[in-house]
Amino acid sequence: MEKILLNKPGKKIILLGNEAIVRGALEAGVDFVSTYPGTPASEIGDTFYKVKSQKSKVKNTFYFEYSVNEKVALEAGIGASFSGLKTLIAMKHFGLNVSLEALGPFVHTGTKGATVIVGADDPSCHSSAQWEENTRAISYLTHIPTLEPSDPQECKDFVKLGFQISEKFKIPVMIRTTTRVAHQRAPVVLGKIQGSKLKVQGKFIKDPKKFITMPPRVLEMKKELFEKIEKIKEFSEKSKINKLLRPATKKQIGIITSGISYLYVMEALQELNLKLPVLKLGFFYPLPEKKIQNFIRGLKKVLVVEELEPYLEKEVERLAKNVNPKIEILGKNLIAKVGELKPKEVILSIAKMTNSKFEVQDSKLKVPRFKIPKRFPQLCPGCPYWLVFGAIKKAVDPKKVVFGGDIGCYMLAGLPPHFLQDYLSCMGSSIGIAHGIKKATGQKLIAFLGDSTFFHAGIPALINTVFNKSNPLIIIMNNQTTAMTGHQPHPGAPAKPDGLKIENVIKGLGIKNVKVIDPINQKEFVKTVKEFLKKKEVSVIIAQRPCIWIKK
Amino acid sequence: MDKKINQFNMLIVGTGGQGQLTLLQVLAEAALSEGYEIRTSELHGLSQRGGQVEVHLRFGKKIYSPLVLPQKADLILGLEMQEALRACPYANSKTKFLVNEKIIPIPLVKNLTKKEILKNLKKISENIILVPASEICKKELGKEIVAGIYLISFGAFGGAIALKPSSILDSIKKIIPAKYLKLNLQAFELARAKFSQF
Repeated sequence: MEKILLNKPGKKIILLGNEAIVRGALEAGVDFVSTYPGTPASEIGDTFYKVKSQKSKVKNTFYFEYSVNEKVALEAGIGASFSGLKTLIAMKHFGLNVSLEALGPFVHTGTKGATVIVGADDPSCHSSAQWEENTRAISYLTHIPTLEPSDPQECKDFVKLGFQISEKFKIPVMIRTTTRVAHQRAPVVLGKIQGSKLKVQGKFIKDPKKFITMPPRVLEMKKELFEKIEKIKEFSEKSKINKLLRPATKKQIGIITSGISYLYVMEALQELNLKLPVLKLGFFYPLPEKKIQNFIRGLKKVLVVEELEPYLEKEVERLAKNVNPKIEILGKNLIAKVGELKPKEVILSIAKMTNSKFEVQDSKLKVPRFKIPKRFPQLCPGCPYWLVFGAIKKAVDPKKVVFGGDIGCYMLAGLPPHFLQDYLSCMGSSIGIAHGIKKATGQKLIAFLGDSTFFHAGIPALINTVFNKSNPLIIIMNNQTTAMTGHQPHPGAPAKPDGLKIENVIKGLGIKNVKVIDPINQKEFVKTVKEFLKKKEVSVIIAQRPCIWIKK
Repeated sequence: MDKKINQFNMLIVGTGGQGQLTLLQVLAEAALSEGYEIRTSELHGLSQRGGQVEVHLRFGKKIYSPLVLPQKADLILGLEMQEALRACPYANSKTKFLVNEKIIPIPLVKNLTKKEILKNLKKISENIILVPASEICKKELGKEIVAGIYLISFGAFGGAIALKPSSILDSIKKIIPAKYLKLNLQAFELARAKFSQF
């Protein structure tokens, strides 16, 4: 941890991709940071949080907060940027979706203080229950300039470059990482930490023409935005982060790639002992179109190596029409659209394209046939959720009740030995969907929701059950922390005691059936579940017992 | 004088909470001090809570991918026996398996026995080193959690890990928080002592 604050420019230290993002921001002199935790972005906020809580010269040079959700985090960041502060907002892909309503207008108004937004994707859904998202679509949708680093060094460098681009063109810039970048460790060469200011102080200067997105002005803004993008495209054409590697070779075969895929391409070329020209794109949006056209002009074949949907491949197809219509463009016909890329897959696709031989299989090896049972993630021994799930099974026949899941450790309810989860979608949705099922069927329903999730997105859905009158039983799994992502504080459990009391919020909504129960009191818990399931209005049990990993 | 290896590919496998990330950091730092390029890959989040955990570490003269290729591992460090066997797609007949002689039961299903695991591991590779690291650490130091540090130290002394024991020692001092340093240094010294008897 101390090493991230080491101020020895030129020194090489090992950093996690997410730590390198923090280091990049500190080197750029960031003033304001907001985030909501979510894998694989959580360590960005956590590292800033640790820097804030340790004694150092850097500690007071920036403001940091865990916001209530990602939309609020982005809005806070927008306010800071409008007030002239250098701002960074970090979140996972789903969080970016939550913030989208604020992101669109922000790209239109543009920034005052330079702003970088980090969005982290999780191909293969290692830690993302909902769906396998490719955030690149958001770059197209909102026209936010987007950079894609491959490794920790680039994480640091691209964050700094992102701030420079933002400063120059007055537009927020997105850094898109993926799990294998965010959670990769590698040596990073340090630069100088800026930030000698003693106090973070911005000023909001009124400028309605800039800060108010209303028609007809907002359509003018859209024109201005496209003009900016054209200028950034020129910048992208000249930028060194769109790197051309052209070894001496007569082969008229090339590769276009970016992000983590670039590392797999280089590994593959090393493994296959091949020399091929490679265009490594640091910019995803806007693309350096001329550079791509120049690259493919003299080629017979080009392979586009990218994870998930073929965004680059489609662009290359479009760009080839003018300069090299006969070129054979390969990509998703060789590489899967679903799941993260693996180096072996890239080696095989390059080998196929170049008619090279690659034997992965050790011919002498007899792979034994055996079955190892799958090891599912488990609630920790002593986790209070065991008590909640146990009580539910005592109180009801699980076959006769619908169970709504939500995002947090308690979604393990869906796995053995619990099997208490019949649907699972997104943050806060256990209640939102419960209302719909209740209205549609009237079946008995219990929805689980965590404390941090309650504040994040549960409250509007709960109000909806009151306003539109439905009667699910909501169990708020109040373990007094954001456990799944690494025990971050939230409004109900701030770093210092006296957080918001969930029961007060609920009573404030006019909900009468509400009880706070420590699930260690099984008898009372079971009795209340039975009683509340009969109620005609929505009812809430707050299952209150801290996560075993926090001190209370 | 230093004999630099071209490339070293290793995996650390086990279950969530066995300290894989700390071991990765210690090994990466040691590899950096020996002048290698390094890349590691790890996973965080819910899947790691008691589930199967597989982290990758590669170092050498020129390293691009943070992930080890199938059948290319030089070493599979198993903190748990069933998980060591699960990693076998990364092994070839020369791969060393340095495995903690410990089974963490998978609930509600029939688990593999030590004998079954060993039999299958031996079909893949001749280099199976089974070390009762958890048992030794529990007995000698009262704490099982340093079994991983014990194992990597053991691996460095025995040559299964292509890093000098002194680099591992320096790295432990750098990476492990002061509160736990003494215990971890004891585990290192225990490995040194055990290895001299091995």
